[in-house]
Amino acid sequence: MATRNITVDTSALVRRSLEGKKINWFDQFVAIALLVSLLSGLLILATLLVSVFSSGFGVLADRGFDFITSRLSPDAADAGIFQAIIGSLILTGFVIVVAFPLGVGAAVYLEEYAPDTKTTRFIDANIRNLAGVPSIVYGLLGLAVFVKLMGGFTGGRTLVTGGLTLAVLVLPIMIITTAEALRAVPQALREASMGVGATKWETIRYHVLPVALPAIFTGAVLTIARAFGESAPLLLAGAVLSLFFSNSADAGIGEYVFDEPYTAMPIVIYNWARQPQQEFVALTSAAIIVFLMFLLAVNGVAIILRDRYERK
Amino acid sequence: MSESEPDMDLNGAPDAVDTAAQPASGDEPGAPPAIFDVEKLNVYYGDFHAVQDVSLPIGKNQITAFIGPSGCGKSTVLRCFNRMNDLIEIARVEGTIEYHGVDLYGLSIDPVEVRRRIGMVFQKPNPFPKSIYDNIAFGPKIAGYKGNMDELVEESLHKAALWDEVKDKLKESALALSGGQQQRLCIARAIATSPDVVLMDEPCSALDPIATLRIEELMQELKADYSILIVTHNMQQAARVSDRTGFFNVELNERGQRTGHLVEFDETGKIFTNPTVKATEDYITGRFG
Repeated sequence: MATRNITVDTSALVRRSLEGKKINWFDQFVAIALLVSLLSGLLILATLLVSVFSSGFGVLADRGFDFITSRLSPDAADAGIFQAIIGSLILTGFVIVVAFPLGVGAAVYLEEYAPDTKTTRFIDANIRNLAGVPSIVYGLLGLAVFVKLMGGFTGGRTLVTGGLTLAVLVLPIMIITTAEALRAVPQALREASMGVGATKWETIRYHVLPVALPAIFTGAVLTIARAFGESAPLLLAGAVLSLFFSNSADAGIGEYVFDEPYTAMPIVIYNWARQPQQEFVALTSAAIIVFLMFLLAVNGVAIILRDRYERK
Repeated sequence: MSESEPDMDLNGAPDAVDTAAQPASGDEPGAPPAIFDVEKLNVYYGDFHAVQDVSLPIGKNQITAFIGPSGCGKSTVLRCFNRMNDLIEIARVEGTIEYHGVDLYGLSIDPVEVRRRIGMVFQKPNPFPKSIYDNIAFGPKIAGYKGNMDELVEESLHKAALWDEVKDKLKESALALSGGQQQRLCIARAIATSPDVVLMDEPCSALDPIATLRIEELMQELKADYSILIVTHNMQQAARVSDRTGFFNVELNERGQRTGHLVEFDETGKIFTNPTVKATEDYITGRFG
């Protein structure tokens, strides 16, 4: 039949157009280029890790927990990072206690309550600008405000000063990440809640915040990790940059926070890295390894928290 | 519902039977008491004049349908009845909507209280990302409901014809339900706070014909206890379920804006068989829109 012939012809035509070229070279090229960029990133990271581990692992293996529980010392054989760990943990605690509630509160106000006016948009834009201000500038702020102006309360160059400086430093980032998390909550959810007679706060408390929480947590942890690694502002805000210093061994936590000199992990790493003796190179690497472990642990906790809230 | 043919002849008016069966249908004296009285309602979004001079009464324990082409402002008008437009910052409402004689836009009116009495079902099913039980219990809980919550949840799900399908998984996430079940859950959620009125904004547009039919049947049952306002794109649906119908249309105003207005409002049977305005007839017979 005639129609049958036509079908065969059409079929051949369609087959030819569908089969196309054997290999799409351009697609292959793009895929390879993208893979190379990923690999070069990984390669740099791997180099860093290998060099740090190879030079620092010996110290950790030899001294074990002694390295973590020993105090700073100019004698490389005795030097440990106890004060730095405690300092960093308390500083991080300050950031969580001060910047997290303030940041989330400010973001909720900006996103849910503030009318969409020119003033609001101006404030919003400036918070974004603040997030980009170099951290050394926050160090100057810490020096001027928390060390000098509020010295009576903070005790000058103490953990309170350092903690408040870091909290102020990360506050804009905390606000931005929280605001973004809130913006991602669908408007339909707010309408559903208001539709059954919930007030604005009930809607935020029972529906918007729970949905946004995993994203808020993720943002907060990244932010806190950043504060954990900051050194420049702490140098200005009074962290001790020295091979050793002494805290009163029997100081209570209040005295420790308000009266004593302090230091932090990145400061010690920076300081040891400047020392000419070969022993300190290994110590620096060992401190970096401990530091990375802490970061890994913080991120792990964040992932667990986020998963738990997401499942609810 | 008697008719099973979805493609029924609109001009054949099989629904005239439904409406005629209503003892209340007919002229003003026999008309049901009004629960809402809308007077010269105008809605603006910023400079944009969205709805112009809408006036109509809404009957108690009736189903009132709003139909019309896209952008004619029917959803906007519906969202005025529970002050949902308050959530849109640039929206501004003029005119009055009297609810039992009280102006909903009066200065001393609390929109939260309004929404407890006038519930809403949205176009896209929007259950809370929580359990089925919590979806229903949330409204009564925040309203300070003191009775037995389990019973209320069961009763609400019964009324929404969903109980048999979900009674064994009340603690499971509402998001696991199908679209039609989610929408019935949203209806159950809306009636759990014992409102007076249920507003429905194209409640079936995201559903398949079977789920749609179930919801339409449900509306007929709910009408005994509630007054229902429904916005729909589906003219057959309006013809099937509603007692009275308002036809909205959109026109260019003097500033070149596409402003919606109410063209005709009457008994559903009359709108679909013998409309007074030519535009209504053109729309329902599919000549435009």
